[in-house]
Order: sequence, then C-alpha cells, then structure tokens
Amino acid sequence: MKAAVLVFPGINRERDMARTLRLVSGIEPAMVWHAEHELPAGTDLVVIPGGFSYGDYLRCGAIAARSPVMDAVRKFAGAGGLVLGVCNGFQILCEAGLLPGVLMRNENLRFICHDVYLRVERSDLPFTRGYNAGQVIRVPVAHGEGNYIADGETIARLEGAGRVIFRYCSPDGMIDPNWNHNGALNAIAGIVNAKGNVLGMMPHPENHVETSIGSTDGRGLFAGLVEALQAHAA
Amino acid sequence: MKARVTVTLKTGILDPQGKAIEGALRSLGIDGVTAVRQGKVFDIELEGADPAKAEAALKQAADKLLANTVIENYRVEVLG
Repeated sequence: MKAAVLVFPGINRERDMARTLRLVSGIEPAMVWHAEHELPAGTDLVVIPGGFSYGDYLRCGAIAARSPVMDAVRKFAGAGGLVLGVCNGFQILCEAGLLPGVLMRNENLRFICHDVYLRVERSDLPFTRGYNAGQVIRVPVAHGEGNYIADGETIARLEGAGRVIFRYCSPDGMIDPNWNHNGALNAIAGIVNAKGNVLGMMPHPENHVETSIGSTDGRGLFAGLVEALQAHAA
Repeated sequence: MKARVTVTLKTGILDPQGKAIEGALRSLGIDGVTAVRQGKVFDIELEGADPAKAEAALKQAADKLLANTVIENYRVEVLG
C-alpha cells in the first residue's frame, strides 16, 4: 500500500489517519500538502482525513475542494484509484463533485462526538471486504455537519445501485431514527461513487483500530484495503 | 465596481439554523415571525466598468465556489 494522506490548513485528524495506515499496512503513508499539483509516484490510495479545513469557512470542505491537489485526486479517481474521505474528507469529496449530495448541519444543531453503530451494507468493495454484509460496527463520530442530503432522484439512484455503504443503526443493526444521530436521509453514513472506488463517510474508523482504545471495529476497513491492493498488485 | 451576490437555500431544503433563529426571535417576544431562512451575502468589488462582464464573472464565481447549487440558489446584482 502506498497511501497519500492529504493535508489542508485546518485539518486536524491527519495524524490519527497516518498512524492507523502505518499500524495496519506497516508502511508509512506520504503526507501531501494541498498546494501540490501531483500525488507521489506510485500512490495507490488517497485518504482525505477529518478536521476543519479552512476553518469550515464558506461551507465545510468548500475551499479545500478547490485546491490544486484536488485536481490530481480527480485524475487519480478517474483512472480508478482508491479514494477514502472521512468526516471533513467526505464533505470535501462532495464539494469537489466526486460524490453527490451535501453534508448539512446536524438536525439537532449540536456537534456530536461519541461512538455510533454502523451497518455495513456491502462487503464486495475494496473498502468493505474486511467485513460481512449486514455486520454492525462501532466507531466514533465527531462532527457538526454530517446530515447527508441529496435530491430525491440522487437518493433513488444511490439506493438503486447499492451505493449506500454505511448506515447509522441500533446496536443490533436496526435502522431507527433514534440511532440516526445527525438526521441524515435514509440514515446514510457513507456512500461510494458509481465506479465504487471513491468512498466518503462521516464516522472515523481510523480511531477504532487498537484494543487499547476498546474497539478494533474500524480495522476491517484498512485491512480490507491492504488486501485489495495486494490482490490488485499480484 | 461594486456588486452583491446573495446565496439562499433552495425551497424544501431544511434549515436548522433558520429554525433556531426563528425560535430565538419568538423567545425575544418579536411578534408575527412565521419563518426564518438563513442565507449569505457577498459584497464584491471588481475591476473595470462593464456591468455585463462583471455579471458574467460573478455568475462563474457563484457557480464555482460561492454557492453549492445542490442546495442553494444565488442572485447576482451589479450595484455600479
């Protein structure tokens, strides 16, 4: 795995992400500054971490989405490269037009920062091959704007093509408004693009990869990516 | 040349911030407010004196950055 973690001014979760990538893959990721016009040669995974790029000015992720490095990411994704955006990274992918929809202010107007349960809807993607379809995982969220919305046609297209990958759910996997913490449409916590190589999600799987933290439920995502990239290279 | 771009949420898009402001107005005892929708105003200064050119540039600015047209509408006014 040759991962590149993008760094924008105001991002603050890039070290968590780098630490997890190193821990799971055994390889140090490259940290790539937003002003770069190219990704490091041989990059096979781009990760856009969480935080508050540009202080969330204008709209969350809006300014980061227009930075030079995102042109390189667009090209990389267009060629089938794997892109993972977490939290602010998901917002940036939506603002960049790489994923449809928008992350709006949480329905209850509060910044939410606690563990949530997610139902993994598919296990046949590089991002989810470390899980079983229908499996429930526990990972944290930390966001004020995670309330996913899109127009009816887009939602129908996403649902019809199985592009909703993670949904907020109860501990036993039920979709229930009480467990849909930010009010997202259809309890959507993560989606992929049409080709299935760009994933955006609000929760932070990178923070649940070590037993000392109390949960390793996020590890499957990264372990799956390592496996997928090894299989691809072989 | 001075211009103003106003960005507002599209009809049907939930606006929790507007709702909170609406509630606060009510608790201040301001009567008769039935709905609040929050938006953004950008006051922009431009070079040159051609209003048509300015308007075209501002439309591009709004489409590319100032508004997210998935959820927002915008209005461009060249104020001269």
